[in-house]
Amino acid sequence: MEIEAYEGESIAAALYAIGIDVFSYSSKLGRPRGAFCMIGKCSSCFMVVDGVPNTRTCIEPVRDGVRVERQKGLAPVPSEKTVDGSVEPEEVLETDVLIVGGGPAGLSAALELARYGLNVVIVNEHFKLGGQLVKQTHKFFGSKELFGGLRGFQIAEMLSEQLSKYDNVKVLLQSAAYGVFRGGWVGVASRNKLYRIKPRAVIVAAGATEQYLAFPGNDLPGVMGAGGAQTLMNEYGIKPGDRALVVGSGNVGLIVSYQLLQAGVKVEAILEIMPQIGGWFVHAAKVRRYGVPILTSHTIKAAWGRERVEGATIVRVDEKFQPVPGSERDIECDLVLLAIGLAPDTRLFAQAGAVMRWIPELGGPVPIRTRRLETSIPGMYVAGDASGIEEATTAMIEGRIAALAIASKFLDGERAKRVEEEMEKLLDFLWNEYRASPLLARARAGKEKATVSEEEMERLRKEHPPLVSFR
Amino acid sequence: MVLESVPTYRRTGIVSVEELKSLGLLPPEERLRKGPVAILECPEPIPCNICVDACPSGAIKMDRIVDLPRVDWDKCTGCGTCVALCPGLAAFVVDLSKPDKAYVTVPHEFLPVPRVGDEVWLLGRDGRRLGKGKVVKVWERNRTWVVTVEVPKELAMEVRAIWVER
Repeated sequence: MEIEAYEGESIAAALYAIGIDVFSYSSKLGRPRGAFCMIGKCSSCFMVVDGVPNTRTCIEPVRDGVRVERQKGLAPVPSEKTVDGSVEPEEVLETDVLIVGGGPAGLSAALELARYGLNVVIVNEHFKLGGQLVKQTHKFFGSKELFGGLRGFQIAEMLSEQLSKYDNVKVLLQSAAYGVFRGGWVGVASRNKLYRIKPRAVIVAAGATEQYLAFPGNDLPGVMGAGGAQTLMNEYGIKPGDRALVVGSGNVGLIVSYQLLQAGVKVEAILEIMPQIGGWFVHAAKVRRYGVPILTSHTIKAAWGRERVEGATIVRVDEKFQPVPGSERDIECDLVLLAIGLAPDTRLFAQAGAVMRWIPELGGPVPIRTRRLETSIPGMYVAGDASGIEEATTAMIEGRIAALAIASKFLDGERAKRVEEEMEKLLDFLWNEYRASPLLARARAGKEKATVSEEEMERLRKEHPPLVSFR
Repeated sequence: MVLESVPTYRRTGIVSVEELKSLGLLPPEERLRKGPVAILECPEPIPCNICVDACPSGAIKMDRIVDLPRVDWDKCTGCGTCVALCPGLAAFVVDLSKPDKAYVTVPHEFLPVPRVGDEVWLLGRDGRRLGKGKVVKVWERNRTWVVTVEVPKELAMEVRAIWVER
């Protein structure tokens, strides 16, 4: 079948737009698989693209004549003939700072470093910069200085545009940093090419993954991350369905519900397992005004349907979060959107052998870091959701702090002092003003647990000698 | 967390007029009767001060970014700039100065955009349709439309959204 698509669209989005929502079949039971995260963090949309299996079609742009096939289970490794001819020789790059991730944290860090004349390479998995800002159509909180009042995608446009003015910033799109190696090398896999990069410092701002929930039918097409639906409707203008059930009433669940209403999707209900709403009141008020019920002390029991979601059974829970027998209720819907939290993408730190700790408030295992955001791998910094789930505004601040911490080391004399002062001011604002809000108490507590003094970090490094260093 | 200590609006997503009053977010009766005035339904300490910078009259104060907004009711002209710019869509303007009708100004981010003269549904904080009202003013800033509707006086503190039939 031949299909039309818009330039700049991902393959998965283009398929979804014409009603194709099964991308592959599972390897053991042959169950249909639909889109889930839509941002290249899961394996739901794997397809065979031009003969190459396991292609994440959600971050693969459409192009004329591209051949896309549904993948059935584990696909064979493509023959050399399939890929030969398009593979370019490896390239070795040296740079001051390598930034992994071109979202709010990564872009803010890059701008700060570029401003001080340092050479920067940004590695970005998506074919577009901006991370998840590009699908945020709501206005951001904060202050004027923090881009408050602007819509997320406008912030992405602004940061990308500012960055394009610097010729000391090199951007590698559709590229993934796959490993950190002895001698301070970072391996990067680009579309048709491998890079070996030797930076003097690394900032990992790889973002986060939407969390999954276990219930019967959770793999049916139509069960999606709330952010996945947000990508479809806000980034590509595709209505993800007609009737949605949203699981989770944190800010993501509430904001996505509002945006579903804007896209003309009926939101049947928002379920919240806790006895109170998770997100901020103003976001809840925005959906309540249009009649969306928020059912506290409720959760999903099962999703059902043949080739895709046709409905879900919900259930009330008691104080111990146990289902109350007899309280089940069926809701007809074609979307079940999970907004139950995010997990930091910290795979590079795990691979590098950084000292990490499981911190529930931050969504999973995160690298231990100093106030200046340096981890136990000397010269390897963390910023944004990868450092623990918070939100885009703090991600931008953290990106700048990591950048300034690095710049203060690489510059000398008077300039280094100025950079240091600027960083201290930002740190003070972040910890003592912004995070002073009781609404951010949980994330703040998590970030406190993950942050250690310089002395404690030295002790940790003695206890767990780093295998690699960028200093 | 002990449930009793949680304000009702955290369980329902609906703030009551009494709660707004006890948080100091409602203007006094006599000010409401004088003319249009902003009501910021912002009961939580969100780290945000957009309204403070937005207000052309300098009527909104906040010492720290995490404080609740404080409106100087005498300085506020009810111009509606905060309605357009509040990222939480939590700002409204209420005008109780006219003898037989009240006017409520709400943010609106849905298509279709209403036109002056349209009869639109009036929605309460819980989404209930409270009746229909006539649109008297519409303007836009960064894709947030600011819509003023005529409502029965007794609904001035209830109507917080509109819905335009497609």
